[in-house]
Amino acid sequence: MATAEVERRRGQLAALSIAAVVIIVGVPLWWKTTETYRAWLPVSQIRELAKLQLQLSADVEVVFARGTVTPEQQKKVPLTKTQEEDHAVDEGTTLKYRYETKYRTATIMEEDALNKPTAAEADLALHMLSESPCGSLVIYVIPESSSLLHEDVKVYVGQRRTALLRVVAQMRTAKTFEQLLDCLQPHIIQVLRMMSFSRADIIAALSDRVRFHPGSKESVADSMRAFKSSPGYEITFSLLNPDPKSHRLHWDIEGAAQTYIQPLLMKMSPVANFSIDSQTLHYAVLGVNPRYDGSRSAYTLNADSLAHVINPVEARLGSNAASSNPVLNFLLYVPDSHHSPLYIQDHHKQEVPSNAFHSPRWGGIMVYNVDSSYGPEAEFPVDININMAKVMGVFLAQLRLLLGVQSSPPPPGFLVAPCGSTGLADWELDRLMWSRSVENIATATTTITSLAQLLDQIGNIVINDNIAEQVSNAVTSLQLAVAELDAGNLGFALQFSKEAILASEKAFFDPSLLHLLYFPDDQKFAIYIPLFLPMCVPILLSLLKIASEARQKRREKQAKKD
Amino acid sequence: VDATWKELTNVLSGIFCASLNFIDSTNTVQPSASFKPLGIANGTDHRFLRYATLPREIVCTENLTPWKKLLPCGSKAGLAVLLKSEKLFHSSFHSQAVHIRPVCQDQQCKTMSLELRQTLNVVFDLHTSGQGKREWSLFKMFSRTLTEACPLAASSKIYIDITDNPQEEQFELSPATPLLSQAVVLGDRRTFSVYDLTQQVTFGTVRSLNVLIRWKSTEGDMLRPLLHAERYVAGYGLQTGEIHTLMYNNHPFRSFPVLLLDSVPWYLRLYIHTLTVTSKGKDNKPSYIHYEPSKDRVRPHLLEMLVQLPPHSVTEITVQFERALLKWTEYTPDPNHGFYVGSSVISALVPSTVAMNTNITEEQPLFSTFFPCKEESSYFVRVYTEPLLVNLPTPDFSMPYNVICLTCTVVAVGYGSLYNLLTRSFQIEEPNPGLAKRIANIIRKMRGVPPL
Repeated sequence: MATAEVERRRGQLAALSIAAVVIIVGVPLWWKTTETYRAWLPVSQIRELAKLQLQLSADVEVVFARGTVTPEQQKKVPLTKTQEEDHAVDEGTTLKYRYETKYRTATIMEEDALNKPTAAEADLALHMLSESPCGSLVIYVIPESSSLLHEDVKVYVGQRRTALLRVVAQMRTAKTFEQLLDCLQPHIIQVLRMMSFSRADIIAALSDRVRFHPGSKESVADSMRAFKSSPGYEITFSLLNPDPKSHRLHWDIEGAAQTYIQPLLMKMSPVANFSIDSQTLHYAVLGVNPRYDGSRSAYTLNADSLAHVINPVEARLGSNAASSNPVLNFLLYVPDSHHSPLYIQDHHKQEVPSNAFHSPRWGGIMVYNVDSSYGPEAEFPVDININMAKVMGVFLAQLRLLLGVQSSPPPPGFLVAPCGSTGLADWELDRLMWSRSVENIATATTTITSLAQLLDQIGNIVINDNIAEQVSNAVTSLQLAVAELDAGNLGFALQFSKEAILASEKAFFDPSLLHLLYFPDDQKFAIYIPLFLPMCVPILLSLLKIASEARQKRREKQAKKD
Repeated sequence: VDATWKELTNVLSGIFCASLNFIDSTNTVQPSASFKPLGIANGTDHRFLRYATLPREIVCTENLTPWKKLLPCGSKAGLAVLLKSEKLFHSSFHSQAVHIRPVCQDQQCKTMSLELRQTLNVVFDLHTSGQGKREWSLFKMFSRTLTEACPLAASSKIYIDITDNPQEEQFELSPATPLLSQAVVLGDRRTFSVYDLTQQVTFGTVRSLNVLIRWKSTEGDMLRPLLHAERYVAGYGLQTGEIHTLMYNNHPFRSFPVLLLDSVPWYLRLYIHTLTVTSKGKDNKPSYIHYEPSKDRVRPHLLEMLVQLPPHSVTEITVQFERALLKWTEYTPDPNHGFYVGSSVISALVPSTVAMNTNITEEQPLFSTFFPCKEESSYFVRVYTEPLLVNLPTPDFSMPYNVICLTCTVVAVGYGSLYNLLTRSFQIEEPNPGLAKRIANIIRKMRGVPPL
């Protein structure tokens, strides 16, 4: 039956060609038209950045004054040495500390400056001569007989980036220059640890990434006190008046903020933007009833109840309404006449001299007693002017602590100059900038890495062009920041790290990333199966039939051969 | 300005727990004449002005609490003690407002400060809410009395309108107070009894103030406002409709101009060529029309008209519109509830029947650019009409399922048969026996008897 055979062949050909069209044309077309738009991300660069390898380098200049080096030692000077220290924090993070030390002798003008009567004036005179750039240090080695420093003071740390180191007796015995340097080295390292970055600081800054093994309770408290690095902060001063019927309070907060707080904030402007506002709250009571202490005839708040003071007040503060920056709250509480005077006691039942306390990562509270300014026969309400100098002093100290300016006591034998009119010494600012740059870089890297992982794992998310652009910006800024840290340009490193954080946060929190996130797979099946199943089943069945017939024919042929 | 507007609405939404963050370009308009900045202001360029309404939102306790927090004494002292939400919202009308405007700090006006004005309007209807006795007091309305004034307040007063009650024939007011004040409200001279909370004598010996009014007679007529307005949607079906706005001028002999601001969302497509303004049956041509057409999904319609209302008449403004079909993701979860259209705003300088001081108070905005002659005794009023609820044609939301079923059936049947035709080969077969014979064969097979 030739026609049946021809018919069958035609049928098989038709089935095969339909199957071919479906597979070659249909499947790629369907794939192309249903894929989500994903812009390209620099994944390899991100993975490279994830292994955080930072190198922090600082320039140190050691200047020998007259009388500290012998003439033959002086021949070796000027000399440059580089010291490197490796620090593997954990398997994902390695740090390298590099100190480039330049040794030289003092110039005539510097000698003149060092001959000033007191250390403070010497510091000022030295600063007039040359201004050291951000992140670098100058150490002046002065002879033992110098009258600048007191007897038991070995090192004087100035307001700017200079320190005065006095030669100790054993250094006199050093014959060669190398021996002298070896004797000086431990003292120099101590100075560097204090005025520049130290291991503990950097590890505290990396506490997000790295498991932090704190040494003591104080270091835990220290590491949790400062606010996390952020591009801007909002500072709010609030005056709490629980009883407006008895006291009418006046405070010149605008002038005080301008005089005391603004210089510090201007000096810290490379680190972050600050905005200040103030408010007065009436009928604001503390959450705790103070107890009357007969022995002191005053009301006291003991240290354990301080934790409960803040909560009821916080609801009325209205903080964080207008911006997404973290808020530092400073409250000034004036107790009413029935609860005056009010003192805060520490754990040893001693009165705290400043009558204030601060809460980590939140702000500070100060209690200001006014009962001494009027007698018992005064007519209520009493007008009271608040002495802003005292108040601002306390708030300034708390502000320094909350922003991360370390306050650990200096090693023995060190004398630290009181900070200048701005409230912040240059080297303190440098330390803050080192830890902030490292923290920013670490946070930005973590954000970008987790974003890349997330987008990799969930194939459904649409990656728009603007997200890809932000990610590329973040990666570029991170690479630049690491390079600048390498070179020792602290200012630029901080700036790039801030840009990196902004770009990475913008990319991570973009709302368009959620658009196709919850598109469950079973819904996809529910849509495609009723369309494709009736199409594919006949094709499959006929292909199977063709295959079985071909197998049968082959078997017949085999049988025929045999 | 748009970025600042967006920031402002978001911040206000956060502060007042109101859904103001839904304000975006689809419900914001730039009115050219109806609103002018209050207080001292440098420029009056209307391109810096933004006006938006959210007709779907309602006022509730969550908005009252932050509003109360803004008061210096909070709700601890002074008049704000009365503002407890379970009684305040048990009322017929409730309105809260916050106004900010720049004012001079002193006479020479060298420095500027911002004035924050908070107003709360509540209408209690104690007669219909079950209190049969014709007597109300502060305690009945708010379930508390006043004990002291806020120490930070410069003045704290309660005013009771006693104009219709000169000899105490309508109602009796207690405790008695000697203070009286007169003011012109809405063009009418009215007398008020004043309770001054900053004076200790107001609180008397019981140290608390509970103002009590006992009604004696049931007569008394209401003040009819000189200007009021209504709005409704006419038409049938889900394709076209008409918006009618009626403005009533009840002044016996004076006519005055009003400024009507209408902001209609983009999904009601207005046909402005069908706009008609009729008063007393005759056509009334507005002297100023400002119209900004809408843009789909971007901008609403803005229509501002200056219409002269003849005395003792009704003016009717009609516009025809067509309803748009929205995309299926733009429908709210309850689309059959309807879509809201915000209220229109009618601003007017209504002439009053009383001669008034020609000193213009600070609160009147500058209207002189639009009204060529200022009335000597007129007051400014802003009337809001009701919001409208309009049904848009809603699609059948089960259509995607129907589409899938239909497509798959067509594909299966059509494609399947085509495929069979192409790939199967046909053979001749014996015809099947009839149905009856087949059933009989089946029964025989079951019985074990050979088939037919």
